[in-house]
Amino acid sequence: MTYILSALGLAALAVLPMLFGDYGTGMLVGLAGYVTLATSWAMFSGPTRYISLATVAFFGVGAYTVAVLNEVLPYPLVLLAAAGIGATMALLVGLSTLRLAGIYFVIFTFGLAELVRQLITWFEVNVTGTLGRYIFLDLEAKHIYWQLLALGAATLALSAWIRRSRLGLALRVIGDDETVAAHSGINLARTKLVLFVASSTIITLVGAIQAPRWVYVEPSIVFNPTVSFLTVIMALLGGATRLWGPLFGAVPLFLLFEWLSARFPDHFSILLGLMFMAVVYALPDGVLAALEKFRRKGNGNSATKPAKEANA
Amino acid sequence: MSQNSRRALLRALPLAMVSALALTSALSTPLAAQETPVTIGYAVSKSGPNATGAGITTIPNYELWVKEVNEAGGLEMPDGTRRPIEVVEYDDRSSAEDLVRAIERLATQDKVDLILPPWGTGGNLAIAPLMDRFGYPQLAVTSVTDMAPEFAKRWDRSFWMLGGGHDYATALVETLAAAKEAGTINDKVAMISVADGFGIDLVKAARPAFEEAGFDLVYDESYPLGTSDFAAILNEVQGSGADSFVAFSYPPGSFGVTKQAMTVGYNPKVFYIGVGGAFPIYGKITEGKQEGVMSIGGVDAMSPAIEEYFAKHTAAIGNPPDSWASAITYASLEMLEEAVKRVGLDHEALAGELSTGTFDTVIGEVKLEDNQLRKLWWVGQWQGEHFVAVSPADREGAATPVTPKPEW
Amino acid sequence: MFLSTLFLGLVLGGTYALLALGLSLQYGIARIMNLAYGEFMLLACFAVTMMFTSWGLGPLWGLLVVVPLGYALGWIIHTVMMRPLIKRSGGGGRLEVDTILATFGLLFVVQGLMLVTFGSDFTSYSYLDRGIGILGTTIAANRLIAFVVSLVIGFGLYAVLIRTRWGRALRAVALAPGSAYLVGIDVNKLGRQGFALGGALAAAGGALVSMFQTFSATDGVVFTMKALIVVIMGGVGNILGALIAGLLLGLAETFVAAFIDPGLTMAATYTMFLAVLLWRPTGLFGKAGG
Repeated sequence: MTYILSALGLAALAVLPMLFGDYGTGMLVGLAGYVTLATSWAMFSGPTRYISLATVAFFGVGAYTVAVLNEVLPYPLVLLAAAGIGATMALLVGLSTLRLAGIYFVIFTFGLAELVRQLITWFEVNVTGTLGRYIFLDLEAKHIYWQLLALGAATLALSAWIRRSRLGLALRVIGDDETVAAHSGINLARTKLVLFVASSTIITLVGAIQAPRWVYVEPSIVFNPTVSFLTVIMALLGGATRLWGPLFGAVPLFLLFEWLSARFPDHFSILLGLMFMAVVYALPDGVLAALEKFRRKGNGNSATKPAKEANA
Repeated sequence: MSQNSRRALLRALPLAMVSALALTSALSTPLAAQETPVTIGYAVSKSGPNATGAGITTIPNYELWVKEVNEAGGLEMPDGTRRPIEVVEYDDRSSAEDLVRAIERLATQDKVDLILPPWGTGGNLAIAPLMDRFGYPQLAVTSVTDMAPEFAKRWDRSFWMLGGGHDYATALVETLAAAKEAGTINDKVAMISVADGFGIDLVKAARPAFEEAGFDLVYDESYPLGTSDFAAILNEVQGSGADSFVAFSYPPGSFGVTKQAMTVGYNPKVFYIGVGGAFPIYGKITEGKQEGVMSIGGVDAMSPAIEEYFAKHTAAIGNPPDSWASAITYASLEMLEEAVKRVGLDHEALAGELSTGTFDTVIGEVKLEDNQLRKLWWVGQWQGEHFVAVSPADREGAATPVTPKPEW
Repeated sequence: MFLSTLFLGLVLGGTYALLALGLSLQYGIARIMNLAYGEFMLLACFAVTMMFTSWGLGPLWGLLVVVPLGYALGWIIHTVMMRPLIKRSGGGGRLEVDTILATFGLLFVVQGLMLVTFGSDFTSYSYLDRGIGILGTTIAANRLIAFVVSLVIGFGLYAVLIRTRWGRALRAVALAPGSAYLVGIDVNKLGRQGFALGGALAAAGGALVSMFQTFSATDGVVFTMKALIVVIMGGVGNILGALIAGLLLGLAETFVAAFIDPGLTMAATYTMFLAVLLWRPTGLFGKAGG
């Protein structure tokens, strides 16, 4: 039953570009992109509570791979190459960093994004002698949207599967208490690594799929730290420990940004900031938790407080 | 009240008034605007890292032009009627994805009559395929790219108006070669370049050109975008024995390297910096000692049209325009205005007119060649109050370069 | 060559340390990761510039104005914005995420306000930037002053934290926020003081940096990130660590620029930062698990 419903939902989402105009499709691209980013980010960071700011490192590498290879390889192979590079990078990074914790991990991942950007810049300047590459692929917004939609659906499915598998259970133990997890025989390093690689590969693919929209790519464009920040915020707003949480964070925030930047182009930053704080103070556990609380109150049994889930 | 806060107020006041007006005009149709307005849309960076560039070169000229046109009664149509301009503006937040979406929105949702380009090479390239698909003419001004001829062919309604890195670099080499011939500078050049698309384009063209002209590149390094400390670099440059110092830099690096040179008393005979040298703030950076500094761009300071443009820009915005891309941005708007007057708002006719017509603008008579503006100033130099153009030397209005540069 | 590079590196490092001291206090003692830190430095930059250009009040005198203001602003933000979050978190790990989100919002508000008030243009003034010859190299007087001030503040704070009763209480809060109250320490009050003191240092850093660096309203993030890297590298809440990490970064950048390739300075910064973290996961001088 769920499968049929999801298939129907997916089909409905897939025909949306036919109903909306170009702008609507552009919005769908942005929405699908951020939903996928936030969901894959939460796949690793939700249960482990490692807040990663390396999103744009992988996103940018994906975009850059397309920029470098789009004239040499057929498109599907380019995507495959991007996924391969992203996974390899994630493996290397994961092997070396996953023993960091808390704020150290946060800043480390931020530094990583900047390091990757600097190294690519240096390599381009000194070895290839070009900075700034062009992507001329005949992909319209709706094609990009369909790819992102497929990737997003796959990401959600993977997340759902992980949650039910032993891996997901292990992760939840790690998130609650690493020491307990280690004592119950969970291989901490390997579990975290697998998740990190999966999540990072998806993020790399999002970058690769979106890149043809921009035609021109250079490090300062693709390694825009805002992408990392927005992803974190969206996932946390929705609730990073829930399957649908990131989606419920990404969609309203994205629409809000769009509305603000159009309605108040000169005061966008201020309003965005205020909105942000409002979210922190008014919806502390994310949108989903707030909705549930509201519903439970409506049903009159507010006594049963799901303590386990609330501390996102 | 300080200059800063006054400027801020000057800037904020008209904005507040405009938005207040926009609100009231949305509610009640003023008598003057019986004609249906012409909607003009643009998406520029009002926040994020690109906000500085857009805020210096692009936004002030858009605002100035719209204000002037509306004060004159509106945009003139071929039949002589005037239609007021209504602006739809978005903030692209310095992100390519947001910019692309804003253009889709302007074209298909707001269905604006005309779209003005964003700031920056990346931004203009990102929107070019869309502008082409929706049929809008694109007057890409703040976009320096050697691929302009190919782009003009690929998207036949796109117009590229600021040349390529190659043009600027070779013109600089020519200027220096002339000074070397005259015996005022030696054959040694120290060159640094910022590691982004712009700096690399220039340095790639400059290297072979310098060698061909018989120069010896005694120092040639690139530095990362965002570098603020140039002490170590200048320390080495100073000991290199070069008479000419060339920095293909980007602000605020251009300012940082200038300050550092002043501090350590580095006085090469030629001091050249990239973007930022032609900005009005440069005089403040050097405490008024900018005399003789060379940079990109320049204006014909003797031209009355430029003088008038500087005066009205200062009056309306609160500070003078930069002496490189600002005047060209304004000229592109004048071209648009004139083309609309000749052929109306039909995109195809408009693009055709822009491509083949001849226009009288603040930068003189403009006629595009293969959809590109080629009559540009490549090298300029601070002489007195003005950042004057010195290259191409044989063009009318060019000043004679002063070498050696006086000491700081 | 070597000596002059060493000296240039130390001076640059002093700037980095100066950027980081306030953030180190704010995170170390108050446990608040203030992402809007750079914006507060920028506010001080603009304030000092305005005082200088309109009243002719030199930036060093301007310090006397902005430092107390920075303290006050820090105090207010802690009381109004952070206190509810601290109360809500009840000392758990939630606080970190909450404060990151809240100060991230604050970052945008302050940046937006600055864009509206000061515009997006570059701002700069000249003060004491004549060169002083030392050890065969020339250094701008203002950079030298910033260097000296950062050392004075760094060591001064260190001495205060180690020697005075108040300093020991602050350290107790930093080390064990959960149990400091057991020995009669008012954790809230000290946290607030630590945060406000960090605000004062941010203002001092901004005022000094504005003497030699051109800035614009969107530059805050750059300051914050440099500061974060120094703080994390030195070990959270460790003043001496931040000082040494700052100097090390300055030295690394200058030596790479002089002897390897100026194009790799930033890459060197991040490589060093990542390497330190891999070698010592809680920073150079961090306590394990802290």
